[in-house]
Amino acid sequence: MQEPLLELKGVKTHFPLERGMLFGRGAATVKAVDGVSLSIAQGEVLGLVGESGCGKSTLARTILRLVPPTEGTVILAGRNLAELAPEELRAARADFQMVFQDPYASLNPRMTVYDTIAEAIQAHRAVSRAELAAEVSALLNRVGLAARFSRKYPHEFSGGQRQRIAVARALAVRPRLIVADEPVSALDVSIQAQIINLLAGLTREMGLTMIFISHDLAVVKHISDRIAVMYLGKIVELGPAAEVLERPLHPYTKALASAMPLPDPERERTRRRILLAGDPPSPVNPPAGCPFHPRCAYAIPECSRDQPRLEAFRTGHEAACLRLEQVNAD
Amino acid sequence: MALLEVDDLRTSFHTRNGVVRAVDGVSFCIDRGETLGIVGESGSGKSVACLSLLGLVPQPPGRIEGAGAVLEGIDLLRCPQEVLRGIRGRRIAMIFQDPMTSLNPYMTIEEQLMEPLLIHEKIGRAAAARMALQALQEVGVPEAEQRIRSYPHQFSGGMRQRVMIAMALIGKPDLLIADEPTTALDVTVQAQILDLIAQQQRQRGVAVIFISHDLSVVAGFCDRVMVMYAGRVVETADTRTIFREPKHPYTRALQRSRPAMQAKGAELCVIPGLPPDLSRPVPGCAFAPRCEFAVADCGRTEMRLQDVGAGQASACLRVQRGELTLQ
Repeated sequence: MQEPLLELKGVKTHFPLERGMLFGRGAATVKAVDGVSLSIAQGEVLGLVGESGCGKSTLARTILRLVPPTEGTVILAGRNLAELAPEELRAARADFQMVFQDPYASLNPRMTVYDTIAEAIQAHRAVSRAELAAEVSALLNRVGLAARFSRKYPHEFSGGQRQRIAVARALAVRPRLIVADEPVSALDVSIQAQIINLLAGLTREMGLTMIFISHDLAVVKHISDRIAVMYLGKIVELGPAAEVLERPLHPYTKALASAMPLPDPERERTRRRILLAGDPPSPVNPPAGCPFHPRCAYAIPECSRDQPRLEAFRTGHEAACLRLEQVNAD
Repeated sequence: MALLEVDDLRTSFHTRNGVVRAVDGVSFCIDRGETLGIVGESGSGKSVACLSLLGLVPQPPGRIEGAGAVLEGIDLLRCPQEVLRGIRGRRIAMIFQDPMTSLNPYMTIEEQLMEPLLIHEKIGRAAAARMALQALQEVGVPEAEQRIRSYPHQFSGGMRQRVMIAMALIGKPDLLIADEPTTALDVTVQAQILDLIAQQQRQRGVAVIFISHDLSVVAGFCDRVMVMYAGRVVETADTRTIFREPKHPYTRALQRSRPAMQAKGAELCVIPGLPPDLSRPVPGCAFAPRCEFAVADCGRTEMRLQDVGAGQASACLRVQRGELTLQ
């Protein structure tokens, strides 16, 4: 097997909560990411799904070193990011870039498109003026925008166009890994398809590796090679994209997949939905044992005691459930 | 007889940059107990159309015109404000996308549930409190007796939306307008809320107008679907027909741009370009500039909704002429 581009080993990201004077600091911690191990191959697209508060964005930010991990290691292209000196980390940042959800907030309104992209190029490389101009127009063309737009400001663009600019800016440093955090959620349906096609095309043609975060399962299934399902800071299922959503193993993924609306009235009316009781619990005091057991229909007493590990059930398709065999007996 | 009959509704906003025709000649009707889905992208006029019916569009800058919007003999567009106030929240109730901003953060859930009863019905506080508790239990809020005294911030998003539904249904309305009620919620919670609305609808026989940008949410939920584009209705049909045989290129494009409808990894169908600027009316069909089937006539002939099959109407000129069949 190929050397993985990104490897996570037991990554935990906890945030201390301050709870007044009496109890002092650290009385409670938000366990946003709580023990994630994962490796992503060069050129792979990994979809990261889960409900709000499950820690998917925090995991992304931890990978990009926007927040330091509390525990565990993040190894990108053979380098342990935690061991790098600040200078080296700065240089290493050229290897990974992020595309954010809200293209209205992620571009500087007082910088032209040209300046926005040029700044990113110059942050990591010394280039002449002529080269810079040529590179900015090439990047704009790459994301489907005409070079003549480069003198405009973000407010002159629509949401979809702004997201294209954000992608161009991410590409400017020639990254190997792109983390896209809900990149199409703020866009209209007809525009979403344009951006999905753009991202899928880029990964294919430039051999980019991508982590694609979304709560929209249909979108994730479409673009990803593999999908990781997160629940309360842990990965509960990991496998090939279509497998995970069509033949889910973990009780939580089963519920998630059955809640995904289908654009087909016949199937939509006849299928059985697994309705989960209650809301996702808070990551402040996650339940002991399996994080999902309080909402799980299959839970037995052991589930509230023992923490399940990811186990392969089919080739390349694993889930963290103590009762994996029984749950998938049929 | 239809519960509500809307005829040629027009809502425009007079702004410094000209007149924005947000809703431009929308007609539809809905029967008792029926579910009508209104689908469209942002700016298509789906929300403004419903807000206009309830007189919730500020005038000025808004201006609501139209031949009529008749709720069992009462024309909502022309009746006096007092009459409309009696209809709003009582005969027609509405739930909104964001349950955080549509609940009052300073009032307990109980007070907010009781408020419409104290305004519309002639009952005392004790009776209203009893009904409020029952309403909260019916929408599946656990430990309702205790939680009814909480404030909105103590509820999660899904629970807040349940409170909104309880509030909307407490006046026993004939028509419930749900404007993207699940868009802000997680998938598993979305399934719970859709289930709840469907169940309440079956029990009470209330008609529902369900506004959404997501065709797949509408697929499982609505009897009929109306697709809007640039302030106009481009197609209407029963749900099965519109999914199996769309008769407007925009409907088909909207369906095909969703990943779930495509083979995995295939290029998604894209609608090129952007929705039109509603302050600059285009002659002919508003979708023509983005339509792969457009011919010269599309940019010249006024768009008009016409029957093209059993209970199906399309505003596409070429479909009406029989020149175009979409699979």
